[in-house]
Parts: sequence; C-alpha cells; structure tokens
Amino acid sequence: MSRAEPVAAPPARAFALLGSELSVLFRRRRTWAMLAALALVPILVGIAVRIRSSSNGPAFLAAISDNGLFVSFTGLTVSIPLFLPLTIGVVAGDTIAGEASLGTLRYLLVAPTGRVRLLLVKYAGAAVFALAAPLVVLLAGVGIGALLFPIGPVTLLSGNTVGIDGFAVRALLLAAYVAVSLLGLSAIGLFVSTLTTVPVGAMAATIVLAAAAQILDTLPQLDWLHPWLFSHYWFGFADLLRDPIAWDSFGQNALLQLGYIAFFGGLAYGRFATKDILS
Amino acid sequence: MTAAEAAIRTTGLTKEFGRQKAVDGLDLEVPRGAIFGFLGPNGSGKTTTIRMILGLASATRGDIALLGEPMPSALRSVLPRVGALVEGPAFYPFLSGAANLRRLDAADPPSSSRTRSARVTAALDRVGLRHAAGKKVTAYSLGMKQRLGIANALLAPRDLLVLDEPTNGLDPQGTREVRTLIRSLAEEGTTVFVSSHLLTEIEQLCTHVAVMSAGRLVAQGTLDELREVGRSEVRVETPDTAEAVEVLGRLGLVPVAGASGVTAELDGKLLPERVTAALVEAGVRVRGIAVEHQTLEERFVALTGEGFDVAG
Repeated sequence: MSRAEPVAAPPARAFALLGSELSVLFRRRRTWAMLAALALVPILVGIAVRIRSSSNGPAFLAAISDNGLFVSFTGLTVSIPLFLPLTIGVVAGDTIAGEASLGTLRYLLVAPTGRVRLLLVKYAGAAVFALAAPLVVLLAGVGIGALLFPIGPVTLLSGNTVGIDGFAVRALLLAAYVAVSLLGLSAIGLFVSTLTTVPVGAMAATIVLAAAAQILDTLPQLDWLHPWLFSHYWFGFADLLRDPIAWDSFGQNALLQLGYIAFFGGLAYGRFATKDILS
Repeated sequence: MTAAEAAIRTTGLTKEFGRQKAVDGLDLEVPRGAIFGFLGPNGSGKTTTIRMILGLASATRGDIALLGEPMPSALRSVLPRVGALVEGPAFYPFLSGAANLRRLDAADPPSSSRTRSARVTAALDRVGLRHAAGKKVTAYSLGMKQRLGIANALLAPRDLLVLDEPTNGLDPQGTREVRTLIRSLAEEGTTVFVSSHLLTEIEQLCTHVAVMSAGRLVAQGTLDELREVGRSEVRVETPDTAEAVEVLGRLGLVPVAGASGVTAELDGKLLPERVTAALVEAGVRVRGIAVEHQTLEERFVALTGEGFDVAG
C-alpha cells in the first residue's frame, strides 16, 4: 500500500478545503434564498418610492427619485440593523453546528481536517458571505434604480459630484465597510456554533446578540459601553461618502471588529480544539 | 508482537463521562493484515473506542498507537492512511454523491486535486454507485448512503479501514457485496477493523475477534482461539446408550442419554479421540461421534450475558 505523502500541504491543497467550503455554501438553496431576500429590500424600496414619488416624503426619497443610484445606498441602510445580521447569524451559526448535526463534522475531522484549519476555513466562508450580502443589496439597488429612475452623477455628502465610475468605487468601499462591520458578529456566531450540535439554536443566539447589542447601543445610561459594542459603528459609513474620504470610522470599526475576531476566535478555538465530537 | 506490527494497539484505554466509565482499561491489539471483528452489545463502548482511536474524542487515560504512531498527537500523518465509516454514513443531502465525496476528499490534506475525480469515480465504482453519482444524496436509500459511506473510506489507498457497522441497512445482496469487498481489500494488504453486532457476519468474515461488554474487553484473539475457549460437546450416536453413559461417566464426564445416543460436555483437557478409544474398548457400538463447538453466538452470549450464562 502506498504511504501518505509528507504532511506539509502545498498551498494549492491548503486552499482546496476553502474552495470546497465556498462551493458547498453557495450551492445551498438556503444561501441563495437569503441573498434573494436581501436583493428584495432595495427592490421594494425602489418600487415603493416610485409609487409614492408624487407626495412629499423624507429627503432621501426625493434623492432617490432624482437619481436611481441612491436606491442602493438606501437599501443597504435599511438592511443593516436587521436583515444583514439575520443572514450572517444563519451562516455563522451554522458553521460548526451544521456540520455536527449532519454528522459530516466527524468525517471532515477524520479525513483529517485539522480542527484549527476547519475553524479558519469555516470563518473564511462566513466572511465571504458577509461581503457577498451587502454586494447583492447594492447591485440589486443599482439595477432597480436604473430601471425605475433616471441615473446620473452622484452628489456626495461633502457636496462634490462623482460620475458613475466614482460611484462604483464608493459603492464597493461601502460594501467593504459593511462586510468588515459584520466580521465581529460572524466570529460570535462561529463561537456559539462550537457550543452546540443544534444549528438553529446557534443561529438564533447569534441573531439575538445582534439585536441586543443594537438595543444596548441606544441606552444613554450605558454610554461607557457603546464604543465596545460590535454594532456601534455599523452606520458609520457616511465618511466614505465624502471627498476626500475620511477613514477614521473605517479604521476604528476595523480595529473593534478585529478585537471581536481575536476574542471570540480564541474562545471558539479553546472550545473546539479539544472538544469530544460525539455527534 | 511489537507495537510497530500492530495496526491498532491501545493500552489501558479509558473514557469516563462524569462518573460513568464508557470504556474501561482497554488493551486492544489489532495485527496488521487482519480482518478484525469488534463485537459487543449496544452500549458496550465500541463506538466510543472507535471515536478515541480516530481522534474524535480524547481518552481519559491510556495510550493509543495507530499504525505504530501515537494518537492523537500523530493524527495528521496517520489519518490520511486510514479510511473510516463511523457510526453510520453522514453526507450533505443537497449535494450529489460524487460532490459529497469530492468535498470530503478536499478535506484530506495530502490528497491531490488532480486525481480527485478519477479517485471519486473509482470509489463509486467499487461500491456499485456509479449510476447514482450525480443524484442528490437526499434521494438516496439507506443502503445507498451506506455504500457511499464505504466509498468515502476508499477514496485513497489505505493501510487501515475502520468500518463501524458496515452492512447496516443493506439488503442480503448488498451485505454479500460488502463482505466480498472487505475480503478483496484485505487481500490487497489493508487491515480491516469491523465493528458489528451481527455475529454471523463476523464469523464468516473475520480472522480475529475482540468482544466488549460494559466497557471492558472480555475476549480477544483469533476466531479459532475464541471458539476453542468456549464449551464444546461430544455427541455419540449409539444403540447402547446405557453402556455409553457408563463409559463416559468413568472418563469424568456428565453424560445425558438421548433417544439415539449420548451427549456430554467436554472439558478442555479431555481429547475426543480418548473418548472414542474408551467407547470402542468397552465394546459400545458407535455409529457416529461428533464434537460440536459452541457457535460464536453462544460464546458471545456467554461472554456478555449475566450470571448463569457465563461459561463455567
């Protein structure tokens, strides 16, 4: 019988599992259903504004009917507090618990996938989804905006005007900002997912934590806590819509999310590295 | 036998869940090249043992050497040489059979992506699932899932296969196929470790057997060794039952007369040929004489049963 080759896997093989993870994630009907639901948000916003555009609504509604590209920004803003954390909760909560409940976790580990490698790959998968989700909202927003309204150069918050290409850059930055914002929550979901073999439980717990953090962020009595909440900078992307771009909130947000990744990633490792897999 | 020769060797392997000992001081020794049957009633600790051997669960105490290397510390270098079916097959129901195998193969670091498709096809062929390769697993029957689980264990050339209840859910034909498959794998030099509670299957398939009961190993050895420690019975066919009873009684046996002959339990020391000689010497007309060993099933019940069932 042939002996196994030396253990140090060449890079191409190290990424094989990540490729497989992404293909499993994006071949699930559930993933596409969630992305479709997210795409529906800007579409509904666009249609609603189109129907009621004659009346005097809030300023952003007027902005939308002047320039359809704003539908994407509005759609993203509306999705941030609930819909995006909901989908992230599902994906991140499912990471380990989902494999455990299917029983595939034991086969992955016996393959053998190192436990640390599996955690990293699972987290990377959730992070890719965290980027895909806001991108889908933005793209759907641009699409429906272009369909229902005139589009043209976009006026930034600082008063300058950028063309379509400038808008595209800002939109991508915005997607990146939101994706980074969701990384801390993803890490929490990963950790919760190592605690149970019931994926729905891990999903629910993650989503509840996302809601709780946002509620705590509104209580003035807890203002000392606010800068430490992972949801604190979720709406801080306005700085990216100025010229020149102010990177302060992006940096603060990234640092905070990094802290959450380190803390909950560490907890997930501590829990999962030595856990008996009995499912 | 040295540790290097054994495919699996455990010393004092113990697993405690709280105060309960699921596995208690297990000294298991699976020789290379064997088809090793791992027997035990439900809940006797078989699966927990397999989980520890494969590094899924940690041992409370004791050591494990898998293919001569310590587990779980050498897990990364040993497990690619081990194929496993642990506590039933498990797959992603929304993926096809072939896609499931590709996924699990990608999880094996030394496996090459260039040969992946070919190996997946070969493994599916070997278990007779090629026609269902593109079908989603959710549409598979239990037996098909079981076959796919075995195919997963065969994705790469292995030195050791650990198969937990491999014929579970298979029809008689499938059971035969799996038996043939295991034999051909063993002929190729793979050590096969099969856990089962189906005794006839173990009896037909295995060269070595270990029996677990309530977390402890109660017997271990070759199939013949295990059979021989058990009780055996001599059956004498004769019209002269009274004389036969007397002769056997003189040999220290406890004969029971029947309609067409006499039966008596043999103790280990008395050889059947001495019984024959004594009968012929005494002029008993012997029409037939047979020694019947306990079946593995009787032996199994004797080993794992309670009180009066234990062999004296």
